[in-house]
Amino acid sequence: MSHLRVLSPGLHTTVQDLGRFGYQEQGVPVAGMLDPVALRLANALLGNPSGEAGLEVYAFGPGLAVESESVRLAACGPVRLTLTRDRETTSLAAGRSHLLRRGDVLAVGAVAGAMVAVLAVEGGFDLPSVMGSLSTYTRSAIGPLGGKPLSEGMLLPLRRASAAARAERALAAAFDHGAGPVRVMPGPQADCFTDKAMTDFLSAEYVVDQAADRMGLRLIGPKLTHRGEAGIASEGLVSGCIQVPGDGQPILLLADHQTVGGYAKIATVISADLARVGRAAPGTILRFTAVTQAQAEAALHESERSVRAAVDGMIDPGGGLDLVALYSANLVSGIVSAEAS
Amino acid sequence: MLIRDVGDTAFSVEFDGNAEVMGLRAAIRRSLPLRGLVELVPSLRSLLVCFDPQATSRAEIEAVVAALAADIGGDAMGEGRLWRIPVRYDGPDLVDVAKARGLSVEEVVGLHSTAVYRVLMLGFMPGFAYMGGLSAALRLPRLATPRLRVPAGAVAIADDMTAIYPWESPGGWRLLGRSSVCLFDQSREPPALLAAGDRVEFFAE
Repeated sequence: MSHLRVLSPGLHTTVQDLGRFGYQEQGVPVAGMLDPVALRLANALLGNPSGEAGLEVYAFGPGLAVESESVRLAACGPVRLTLTRDRETTSLAAGRSHLLRRGDVLAVGAVAGAMVAVLAVEGGFDLPSVMGSLSTYTRSAIGPLGGKPLSEGMLLPLRRASAAARAERALAAAFDHGAGPVRVMPGPQADCFTDKAMTDFLSAEYVVDQAADRMGLRLIGPKLTHRGEAGIASEGLVSGCIQVPGDGQPILLLADHQTVGGYAKIATVISADLARVGRAAPGTILRFTAVTQAQAEAALHESERSVRAAVDGMIDPGGGLDLVALYSANLVSGIVSAEAS
Repeated sequence: MLIRDVGDTAFSVEFDGNAEVMGLRAAIRRSLPLRGLVELVPSLRSLLVCFDPQATSRAEIEAVVAALAADIGGDAMGEGRLWRIPVRYDGPDLVDVAKARGLSVEEVVGLHSTAVYRVLMLGFMPGFAYMGGLSAALRLPRLATPRLRVPAGAVAIADDMTAIYPWESPGGWRLLGRSSVCLFDQSREPPALLAAGDRVEFFAE
């Protein structure tokens, strides 16, 4: 039996991959990681396929006990990791892989400066996919683990009984999700709004409200006025759609958004900036700027190049004092084997 | 027909009615595989076309879809599957609906269970089918204050549509009865019982 035992669940920790596509016409939301870039990077650190499912840590992470011979894992995102081994605690860095062994306890702490981080394991979790995906949509209990978030006592089965014999990997630097205004394409219902509403939307600051979850972010800022009614015939949505109900306060839809919605949408965040808004925590100040389809395509190209550069630029962190590696391989032999590999 | 931008990974094709939406969906399905197509989301009056901008370009996929859209006929909807669904007409709003429309309870049940409905789209929650074709004599707006808990299986009406709640949830539709039919089962393929384009009849059990 190889698994991680959930000692404490965290605030809302779920198994997610890059989303469940193909079922929206049946009313099933896509779900998936709010920060898909973090998942891809964590998987790269572990040698996994880029879409392998991991844990999404939402605001505050879980405590996990290793109940396998060993496991290699990696967290990506601004999160604190604490390893307890033989009653000694050590801080572990995010953005690199770590080798843990049976009896180790990993505490994933608070996510600081963002809403989410990702924790992935080498080889992935041994869970059955549901409708072709390991993403979890808790509102309708769809996904692995009964479609529920982690809870105390749960077992997360591991595909690998032990970690592969290889050196650890680290990102050379924390991934830069970008700064400056969030890029949007106006529409699909830009024509439902007054000119002033569009001007305000593209010039003012909007603050991410406390009312934020995996479905979306409520944005507080200048009220956006519709020319007529706020309601439209219900229609399909994508992550990044910015819908505006009658109260004029926009809602930026994220991974767990419903498949159809009946509010006019002033604009849609482009795919290159989705991970950035997906990880935005309450209090984050957002500005928006309009781009064309061609600019959005160029931005996606650029963002994919950044992800590839981060993957290609991964380094062996072995040079420093890596307490985990030292402990796990009886101090001296650890250093030797790291050099030999 | 109007094509609207929905970010850089989707566009919507908007029509006057649902029949064209179904017609375009059918036409695209006949043309598969279509490079870069991720999925189609039909709704009341539009079809959302989701694509992978790294596998195709907006210009390429829009050209194919627009050509297909220009060619769909008025009778594009087709027959669809026909479902006959048993309903126990004992909903908490049955008497109020009858009073509000000046009907007897029996007349409400009769009107609801003699129409043939058309599934226009799914949404709101997995397996929730919006069905058009409700008798004009039964049309009422949603409740001013939605219920916090509508039970799974509730058969409900709102405006010109009827629906069955697949899950317990909050809801503002008026409840006429309940059905024990399983509308969504994630271990089944497809998980949703009803699909856009299907026809549905209800009968009192």
